[in-house]
Amino acid sequence: MSWVECALFLATLVGLAYPLGSYLVRVCERRRTFLDPLLRPLESALYRLLGVHPEQEMSAGTYAACFLSFGFGCAALLFLVLMLQRALPGGPADAYLSTAMTADLAANTAVSFTTTTTWQAYAGESTLRYASQLIGLVAQNFLAAAGGLAVGFAFIRGLARTRSATLGNFWVDLVRSLLFVLLPLALIGSLALIWQGVPLNMSPYVVAHTLEGRTQVIAQGPVAALEFIKNLGTNGGGFFNANGAHPYANPTPLTNFIGMLAICMLPAALTITLGQMTQRLRAGWLLLAVMVVMFVAGLALCDRAERAPPPQLADLHLVGGNMEGKEVRFGIGESTLTTIVTSNTSTGSFNAMQDSYQPLGVLAPLTFLLLGEVVFGGLGTGVYSIVMMAVVAAFLGALMIGRSPEYLGKKVTAGETRWVALYVLASPMVVLTLTAIAVLSSGGRAAVSLNPGARGFTEILFAYASCMANNGLALGGLDANNVFFNTSTIVAMLAGRYGLAALAIIAAGRFAAQGRVAVSAGTLAVDSPTFGALLLGTIVLAGALSFLPALAMGPIAEFLQR
Amino acid sequence: MPLAVIANGALTRLFIACLAVASGSTRADDESRGGAPAPTPGVIREVQLKKQLRTAVLSVLVLSLLGGAVFPLVLFTIAAPLFPVQASGSLLLQRGTVVGSTLIGQEFTGMEWFHPRPSAAGSGYDGTASGGTNLAPSNPKLAEGAPGFAGIRALATEYRQNNGLAPDAPIPIDAVTRSGSGLDPDISPENALLQVTRIARARGLEASILRRLVAQHVMRPQFGFLGEPRVPVLELNLALERLQHPETRAAHPAR
Repeated sequence: MSWVECALFLATLVGLAYPLGSYLVRVCERRRTFLDPLLRPLESALYRLLGVHPEQEMSAGTYAACFLSFGFGCAALLFLVLMLQRALPGGPADAYLSTAMTADLAANTAVSFTTTTTWQAYAGESTLRYASQLIGLVAQNFLAAAGGLAVGFAFIRGLARTRSATLGNFWVDLVRSLLFVLLPLALIGSLALIWQGVPLNMSPYVVAHTLEGRTQVIAQGPVAALEFIKNLGTNGGGFFNANGAHPYANPTPLTNFIGMLAICMLPAALTITLGQMTQRLRAGWLLLAVMVVMFVAGLALCDRAERAPPPQLADLHLVGGNMEGKEVRFGIGESTLTTIVTSNTSTGSFNAMQDSYQPLGVLAPLTFLLLGEVVFGGLGTGVYSIVMMAVVAAFLGALMIGRSPEYLGKKVTAGETRWVALYVLASPMVVLTLTAIAVLSSGGRAAVSLNPGARGFTEILFAYASCMANNGLALGGLDANNVFFNTSTIVAMLAGRYGLAALAIIAAGRFAAQGRVAVSAGTLAVDSPTFGALLLGTIVLAGALSFLPALAMGPIAEFLQR
Repeated sequence: MPLAVIANGALTRLFIACLAVASGSTRADDESRGGAPAPTPGVIREVQLKKQLRTAVLSVLVLSLLGGAVFPLVLFTIAAPLFPVQASGSLLLQRGTVVGSTLIGQEFTGMEWFHPRPSAAGSGYDGTASGGTNLAPSNPKLAEGAPGFAGIRALATEYRQNNGLAPDAPIPIDAVTRSGSGLDPDISPENALLQVTRIARARGLEASILRRLVAQHVMRPQFGFLGEPRVPVLELNLALERLQHPETRAAHPAR
């Protein structure tokens, strides 16, 4: 059953890639779209209100600076909303808000939601006011996603333009991403979720009197406003603690399918946007093909690990896969599919508890986190994640056959290589350093209070990998709401968002300044299956060189121990 | 907000200074390479920095309102008349009181009821404390338990005893594992059928009637391929109640 669903999912994704990718080209290049009659007046009004001159273009440096200042502004606003939330009107009643909103938790959450990480060190239903969920979190789900898509557009322009000193206007990209992509899709998608049962109300928590004479308090809220945009914007942080496993957040297998499609469709389509705008459509399709191959490989590993009951329960005569931490309506198939989708896409909106997965079931998502979200990836950010690796692959390929390295008609010289190399090295440097510090310090070790041994180490590695990848997926056994983790994960989230984006924008600025090298017989074909294999090999090799020792101490050791 | 503005400005200036250094250091490569146009000196040329900061602050505020207030309001305006039951939480009313939600699992421990899965939400099916155990299979606590926490071995023994099964009878794994939300409203059809004999004895009913009742409540995968077959426990138990007390008014959705 689940293979049918998986095949249909991938077919839908690939089928949507071309039409959506073409539409994104129109959004990016400010061409006419079918939404113009409705949205153009609003767009112009916003430009006037914000003081934006849409014809003005920005250099790479200005673009990056605007992206950064917008991100910090959002974080500051969210921090204030969270710190002052007790003064906000509306539900839920104070009695249910048992987790204190400390300054470190508010700072962590503010950075987390403005970097699309949405790492959550708190449980929504016992921490947040409805008003903070809406004006705080829902708003940042839109804005952080739009910011990411804007940077993705700028990066693509860098490869598409020749002899240009500019990459576009950040504010225009931001507003257009919001108006022409995120808001319309979110409206349709959220309505579909409500139809399937996701609540949207501001009611107090409901007290039910059960058939057996007990009382059950059921948390309510404007859940549907968050649950679709969290996926579409590759944010992932849920309304409730159990995120996508909660039956209010994800009531049916259909809502789960819609959510997964929402996560992947725009990042997958951006490969086609890249292909169209650089007039190398086949190269775009090749990137998508490499993503699909890696996706299927990871899913096969994860799904196989979860299909059998854990060996520790072998003598109990249990029938079925590893259902600890999984929902009956999703079973094993939709749980593992969702794990692989969310671990790949900066999203992290789980529908099953990854910490109760078997070692190899954890290895698959952890590997994708460490590889830096190259499969589909975050909205907008995914396109530079894969292109940076493709540049490295083109560089290696050119060295092997003795040509001068180029990718999509852009020369890869010493100058570009420097930024690309920094980009590739940033993730191992940050993740491994922070993991080492946490493991060596008492503050870090104290958080590993539930699962001992190799799994405890994996929890720490997973946390930093997730934050660096701006993903937010967590092994929930880690006790993350403390000053040590609230502050150290901020470092990883900022580095993963602004550090990597800055490097990508700088590289894009350099590519934009170049001319375009004509394709000749001597050019390394970057749209051939051979290049696909080379790219795949480069990603795996770079990942293995950086992270294999850490993985050996975590999930691999746990797998071998049993 | 002044704090945010100051922080915003300071950080942006710092960042731009870094960028200026970074791009300055690479300019030499461009010229030595030849062919590429020499970029005009200075990073900020087209648009002025100060105006950008004003735009940044304004856009944070205006666009936050657009996403965080206008969007939910529009959504609510459309959804409230279209899907009133779903929007208010799919609650079930009986004799004017809420008995639960079709989507949220709840505790049943009496021998005359279908039992849900074990739950890690609060002290069990706490609708304000969703979550799983987060216990790894390699953690001995999951199988063997700990003081105040029943392990899977103990849960399996209890399930077999309750339902009159042999000590080595195979049982569906969902019956002894805790869900991710702790609020799983469903059990597998196999799990429901294994409980039929016990409930039939406790209620003095024919087992075949109960099996038919279970079969009527099995939800097939959506469109035939999405998800797994499942039985919603609360709705099944409500139907069970009505089977013996037909005079009870059926629970109905709350609008």
